[in-house]
Amino acid sequence: MYTISSKIKLFAVIFMVVGAIGMVYAFLSAPSDIEDVKKIIAEQEHHGDGHGAAATTHHVEENHAGDHAKADAHADAAHDEHDKHAKHMLHQLQNKPWAAVYVAAFFFFMISLGVLAFYAIQHAAQAGWSPVLFRVMEAITAYLLPGSIIVFILLALSGFHVNHLFVWMDADVVANDKILQGKQSYLNVPFFLIRAAIYIAGWNLFRYFLRRNSLRHDEVDHNRYYKQSFKLSAGFLVFFIVTESMMSWDWIMSLDPHWFSTLFGWYVFASLFVSGITVIALITIYLKSRGYLEYVNDSHIHDLAKFMFGISIFWTYLWFSQFMLIWYSNIPEEVTYFITRIDDYKLPFFGMLALNFVFPVLVLMNSDYKRVNWFVVMAGIIILFGHYIDIFNMVMPATVGKSWFIGVPEISALLFFGGLFVWVVFSALTKAPLLAKRNPFMKESQHFHY
Amino acid sequence: MSSKVIHAIYTDDDLLMQAVKQTRQANYHIEEIYTPFPVHGLDKAMGLEPTRIAITSFLYGLVGLSVAVAMMNFIMIEDWPQNIGGKPSFSFIENMPAFVPIMFELTVFFAAHLMVITFYLRSKLWPFKEAENPDVRTTDDHFLMEISVGNHDVEKMSKFFNDTGALEVNLINK
Repeated sequence: MYTISSKIKLFAVIFMVVGAIGMVYAFLSAPSDIEDVKKIIAEQEHHGDGHGAAATTHHVEENHAGDHAKADAHADAAHDEHDKHAKHMLHQLQNKPWAAVYVAAFFFFMISLGVLAFYAIQHAAQAGWSPVLFRVMEAITAYLLPGSIIVFILLALSGFHVNHLFVWMDADVVANDKILQGKQSYLNVPFFLIRAAIYIAGWNLFRYFLRRNSLRHDEVDHNRYYKQSFKLSAGFLVFFIVTESMMSWDWIMSLDPHWFSTLFGWYVFASLFVSGITVIALITIYLKSRGYLEYVNDSHIHDLAKFMFGISIFWTYLWFSQFMLIWYSNIPEEVTYFITRIDDYKLPFFGMLALNFVFPVLVLMNSDYKRVNWFVVMAGIIILFGHYIDIFNMVMPATVGKSWFIGVPEISALLFFGGLFVWVVFSALTKAPLLAKRNPFMKESQHFHY
Repeated sequence: MSSKVIHAIYTDDDLLMQAVKQTRQANYHIEEIYTPFPVHGLDKAMGLEPTRIAITSFLYGLVGLSVAVAMMNFIMIEDWPQNIGGKPSFSFIENMPAFVPIMFELTVFFAAHLMVITFYLRSKLWPFKEAENPDVRTTDDHFLMEISVGNHDVEKMSKFFNDTGALEVNLINK
C-alpha cells in the first residue's frame, strides 16, 4: 500500500491556496467598466514611445473638439473608434481570468481523460508489459470526476452568461450574425450543456466500472471481471472517440464559431493522449524512486518514453497537417484562425512546436536515453508545458485576443488545478495496492524486458 | 599455416545459449555462430558489441534533410523565384510549409536506403556473393558454433563440447 507523504500533501495544499488567492486577485483586478479600460489604454500609451504619446494628445484634442459640439464628423468618428476599441478591450480583459481558469481546468481534465484512453487501450490490446502500471493509471483517472465536473461548471457558467468565453452564447451577437444563426441548431446553450453532460457521464461511468472491476478482480478466483473489463474497454474506446471528437468541437472549436477544421478532434486527442502518457511516466518514475513499484524496471520506462516520443510526433503530424492545408489553400474564412495566432501569438504558437516536437525528438530518439530517468522527467516536463501552451493557443486568441499574457491569472489557475490534481491523484493511489493481483498478464509484465 | 577449428553442432537454441555461456567461461574463443533464425540474447551471451547502425541512419537522415533544404532553396527561391499561385517565394522560411513534405520524405529516403546499403557493405552481402555456410543444416534446424583451437588440447576441448550437449563435434582444418 502506498502512503501519501506529508510533503506532497503540504505542497498540494500550498499550490491550491496560492492558486486560489491568485485567482481571486485576478477576478478582482479585472476591469469592471469601460472607464477603467480607458485609463489602462491611456496608461499604455503614455508608457509607449513618442509615437504613442503623440497619438494620445491627438485623441485628446479630437475628443475635446467633440465635447464642444463642433459638429466635426471626423472627430466623432475618431471618438466612436476610441469607444469601440475600449469596449472591445474591456471584453477581452474581463474574459482573461475566466479563460485562464478554463485553460488550466481543461488541461488537467484532459490529462486524466488521456490516461483513461491509454488504460482502455492497454486492456483492449491485452498488452503484456503494462499491467504493473495499471494502478498508477487508475489513480490518475481518479481526477476525471472532479476535473470534468469543474469543466462542466465553467461551461454552465458561460451558458448562464456569467462570462463571455463563447461568443455564440450571446443573443445580441447571434442576432447580427448570419453564420452563427445557421449554426444555431447545434450551437445553442441547452443542447450544448446536454451534450457535455452526456460525454462526462459516459466517461465517468466507464471509469467507475473499469476501476471497480480491477479492484474486484483482486479478490476473486475467476477471470469474469477481467473479461468484463476487456469488453468495457472496447466499448469505451468506441464511445470515447466519438465523444472526444464532439467534445473538441464543443468546448474548444466553438470558441471560434466562424472557423472549422475536420481533423480538430484528432488534434486535441493527440494533445491529451501524449500529456496523459507523460504524466503516467512521471508519476511512475516518482513512485519507483520512492521504492513503491517493485516490479517496474527501466524497460517499462523505456516503453512509456517510446510512447511519449511517438505520440509527440503524431501530434506534430496533425498540427502540421492542419496548419499546412489551411496555409496552402489560404481561403479567407479559414486562414484567419492562423493569421490571428501568428500575428498576436508568434512566440507561443511556434514555441510550442519546439517544445512539443523538436525537443522530444532530439532527447528521446536514443534508446539509451529513454531508460535514463532524469532524461524522461526532463522531456516530460517540457512536453507537459508545451501542451499547456497548446491549449493556451487554442483558447486564448478567441477569448482575450491581443490582451494575452502569462501572468498572475494564468499561473495561479495552473497552480490551483495542479495542486488539486496532485491531491486527488496521490490520495487515489493510497486507496488500493499498487500492484493489481491476478491479472492474466501480470507475470509477463513483471518480467517484461526490452 | 593451417589453423584448426572445432565445429560444435546443436539442435536447440536453449542448449546453444547454455553452451555459449560455458564456452566463454572456459575462455575458449568463439569464432562464429551459425543459426537458422535470430536467437534472442545470443549477441549479449557472445559479448558482441552493440550495433551502431542506428547512429549512421540518424546521420544519413540529416544528410537527406540538408539535401532537401539546399535543393528546394536553390530551385524555388534563389534560381528562379516565380510567382506560382501566389505562394510567397521571397525567402525559404516564408514558403517552407510547402517544402516540408519533400524534406520529410527525403530524410526518410536517405536514412532508410543508405542504412540498408551500409548494412550490406558491413556484412559483405551482394548478389553474386559465395555462401559461407559451413554446414547446410544450419539454414534449416541446426545450430553451429565454431571455436578456434589455438594452443588448447583438442582432446580436452572435444570432451568439453560433448559435455555441453553438442550433437556433433568436428575438428576442421581451415
